[in-house]
Amino acid sequence: MSAAWWLGLLLAILRLSVPYVTAALGGTLCERAGVINIALEGFLLISALGTALGASHGALAAVACGLASGVAFAALYALMVVYFRGDQIVSGVALFMLADGLSRVLLKAVYGSTSNSPRLAVLEGSGPALFLLAALFLIVGLHVLLYSSVLGLRLRSVGEHPQAARALGVSVLNVRVVAVLLSGLLTAIGGVYLVFEQRQFVALMSGGRGFLALAAMIFGGWRPLPAAAAAVLFASAEALGIKLQASDLHLPNFVLQALPYLLTLLALLVRGVLRGSSHAPAALGIPRD
Amino acid sequence: MLDHPPPNAAFGGSSSSLLAFGLRALPFVWAALLAMACTSLLSRLFSADPRTVYRLFFVGTWGSVYGVGQVLFKTTPLLLTGLSVALAQRAGLFNVGGEGQLAGGALAMALCGAYLPTSVPALVSVPLCLLSGFVCGALIGGLAGLLRWLAGAHEVIVTILLNFIVRALLVGLGGVLFVKESVHTAPIHAAAQLPRLSQWLPALHGSALNATLFVGLFVVLLYAAILQHSHLGFALRTVGQNPDAAAAAGLSVGRLRTLAMALSGGLAGLGGANFVLGYKHYYEDGFSAGLGYLGIAVAVLGQGKALGILVAALLFGTLSQGGLAVNAQVPRELIDVLSAVVILSVATANPEVRRLLSRLPQTLRPSLASPANTPGPARGTP
Repeated sequence: MSAAWWLGLLLAILRLSVPYVTAALGGTLCERAGVINIALEGFLLISALGTALGASHGALAAVACGLASGVAFAALYALMVVYFRGDQIVSGVALFMLADGLSRVLLKAVYGSTSNSPRLAVLEGSGPALFLLAALFLIVGLHVLLYSSVLGLRLRSVGEHPQAARALGVSVLNVRVVAVLLSGLLTAIGGVYLVFEQRQFVALMSGGRGFLALAAMIFGGWRPLPAAAAAVLFASAEALGIKLQASDLHLPNFVLQALPYLLTLLALLVRGVLRGSSHAPAALGIPRD
Repeated sequence: MLDHPPPNAAFGGSSSSLLAFGLRALPFVWAALLAMACTSLLSRLFSADPRTVYRLFFVGTWGSVYGVGQVLFKTTPLLLTGLSVALAQRAGLFNVGGEGQLAGGALAMALCGAYLPTSVPALVSVPLCLLSGFVCGALIGGLAGLLRWLAGAHEVIVTILLNFIVRALLVGLGGVLFVKESVHTAPIHAAAQLPRLSQWLPALHGSALNATLFVGLFVVLLYAAILQHSHLGFALRTVGQNPDAAAAAGLSVGRLRTLAMALSGGLAGLGGANFVLGYKHYYEDGFSAGLGYLGIAVAVLGQGKALGILVAALLFGTLSQGGLAVNAQVPRELIDVLSAVVILSVATANPEVRRLLSRLPQTLRPSLASPANTPGPARGTP
């Protein structure tokens, strides 16, 4: 393994980290307000679809459409689980199914295929470096937002003890809706990035990254900085798998493909056995009363 | 919780139960309306005439004997994956791993059926194949339960991760096991095959409906019997409704959860029999995609009750077959959208209905719907 190989690996990690990191941040934000977010995968997928569909009107429209579709899905999620108090896990999984089904139906309607879009030439040459910078900025930004702003304090209080927060005049409903919407926006950045990087939309292209990001958030103890670090760790498993596939080591393909999921599973177990000091938000998953 | 008759039966019990019945039916009415709205909206994208779509849908499903056979064929695996999700749900767990458990079980059944000695009679080889599928699914599901018990890892995340891992593993195994130049295994022996029902009912000619349907129906009965009338069922439901109380009563919550996940995984593992033992007689890469997720829809719509699951499986079986029938007009993936819409609307409407039921005046209030129908809130980490 030469220096060039390691440099290539590092670049691949940076390149692949973006969706994991933004989704992990989105999950952290949402769950600190007390709302479970299995729907991250659905947010990623639908924002990727929105980006591809918007690409016919230029790169800027693609970004706008991608972000808007992520936020729209988040609004749907907020309506269901915050306003109507639907079961958060069931709704989150269903939202992923909806994103998958909807993306295939719309692909068929627009491109005549239920599996993928054609190459989106419009997106050629747009720098992923910009997204990387944005992700870095977001990591720090979310840390500041959560721990040094009024909204952050309200958000955390709503996730820990909604009754106390309400007694102090904080609207649990409003704070949670804002948290879910922001989480949709953050995650959508990752979805937009996926399409910009692969320059086409492929069915199920989110490939479980939303679920892995959720695991990264748990591994990071529901804190932005460790969650982002864990997200990078899981992304590096994917990067390593890709680099090893291209190398002359001839490891079985399926092992490399399973690598990110295996590593994530292992990380969850290690964390579970060690039982770190930080715990889930106390009111996580409990609908407002 | 057993369904008691309303305590106020003497005081206009019929009107109160009618009102409660109406309230409980609300989520389904709501789901049906939303699903129909989605269908009309999305079929416009394909400039298909809705009347043509509905006609094709009806003719392809309940409009002919062949169609009915195909609907029941599609219903069979959904019965099993629906029961799988429901069983875990009654124990307070959410098994999202049906995809992996079903595919893993299907491969196990195909290998068992293909590599058993040919001299083994059908009376032995069919149950053995079913057992191998059950065990393989149970191992995958049980692993998730075990990890929840020992490491506190939430079963939703773990089962999703296991879906991806099993998928990669099956593709890897396929490279070794598949018949050359194909994506399927060697066919199983004739003795391991479940017969098609068209053997006895010539009108079903051409339909893939096979004896796995009876396996599914039998498991529905077994599910109801075990949950409502056995110690194990009582223990599982207790853990599902109140794990703290269960622990205080001396039940091993971790062990019961592991058992529930294993049984749930096993049921999903059986779901592959419809294709492997009854239809194509081999395991084919990707044949089961979506069956596990549809199982979630069946369980949510069926509200965890045996009869509800039967009806819900029939509904989604009809939709799956109807989706194929209208595929030339609108893509059959529309069915995936509809099943998601159904889950979302039922899950969203349920808390409202519970709230409305609890607001009925005491004299009009029937026994409330069992809270075990939906997994309780605050169940841990994700």
